[in-house]
Amino acid sequence: MEITTRSLWTLIHGMGFGALYLLACSGAVVEIYRSYYPGDRASENHVTDQLLKVYLVVMAALAWLAVLSGTYIIYPWYRAVAPAGTASLADFPQRLLQSNPETSGWHSVGMEWKEHVAWLVPISITMAAVVVIQYGKDLRHHRALRSALLAFVSVSFLSAGIAGFLGAMLNKNAPVDGGPVIPILHGERR
Amino acid sequence: MNNSASEALHARPNGSAAAAILSAGIGVLSVAILAIVADQSPTFKNLMVIYKPTGALSGVTTLAVLLWLVTWGLLNWRWRKKIVPLTQVNLAAFVLLGLSVLLTFPPIADLF
Repeated sequence: MEITTRSLWTLIHGMGFGALYLLACSGAVVEIYRSYYPGDRASENHVTDQLLKVYLVVMAALAWLAVLSGTYIIYPWYRAVAPAGTASLADFPQRLLQSNPETSGWHSVGMEWKEHVAWLVPISITMAAVVVIQYGKDLRHHRALRSALLAFVSVSFLSAGIAGFLGAMLNKNAPVDGGPVIPILHGERR
Repeated sequence: MNNSASEALHARPNGSAAAAILSAGIGVLSVAILAIVADQSPTFKNLMVIYKPTGALSGVTTLAVLLWLVTWGLLNWRWRKKIVPLTQVNLAAFVLLGLSVLLTFPPIADLF
């Protein structure tokens, strides 16, 4: 069993940062609604209040790590130009997708959407984290502010979902692979 | 006393939060608009290449993040001690947020 460096980074980006962010989203929506709903005593618990702030900061960190690793580590491998005369396009995912009319849409629509819509996520969740840190328990007195936070976190969930789905489909049709091989386990010898 | 009046009486000024919300809306829309401009103008696209392996995406996203942070700083400076009409700010931010999701979708972005 072995994995290439590029595959490992793709896993860290998608299954690590991206999937963890998606898993955290529903929790954030429920907690922002529950903790700061007027009359609810949850936010009076100092530990609950602090925990939600830490939770949102971790979400913001995951979102930034996901877009930065995607944009500056994996995307250059994805869009690399194949040298003239290259026989196999396996190491050049964008060119591989574009070489077949049945898969070219995964690049022209899929990757083009993913690379931009993903950037809505860190901006939205960073704003939500900062507002919750600044206002904390006082959010119970600001109904419109709670609505804005819920809307931005929900749209960040949608955007991360779009980026995650497209990332998975792109990697299924044209995997980002190659680079040094990292051995994981040795199989049994017959 | 109605809800908003009661909220205004008990709460700290909402200006800082309004600045954060509106600037986030401007930031996300900037990503979409700058991407469309880079797609339409080869000159702008070349200007946006600040890290060659990533291409124009590096400049588009860096500039959008800078616009977001500068707008946030300016709005926060103007509004931090004020009570602003948050319903209107929210409405504007929601429109910007919705537009940004739509305008990043290539079949719609390609209409421009």
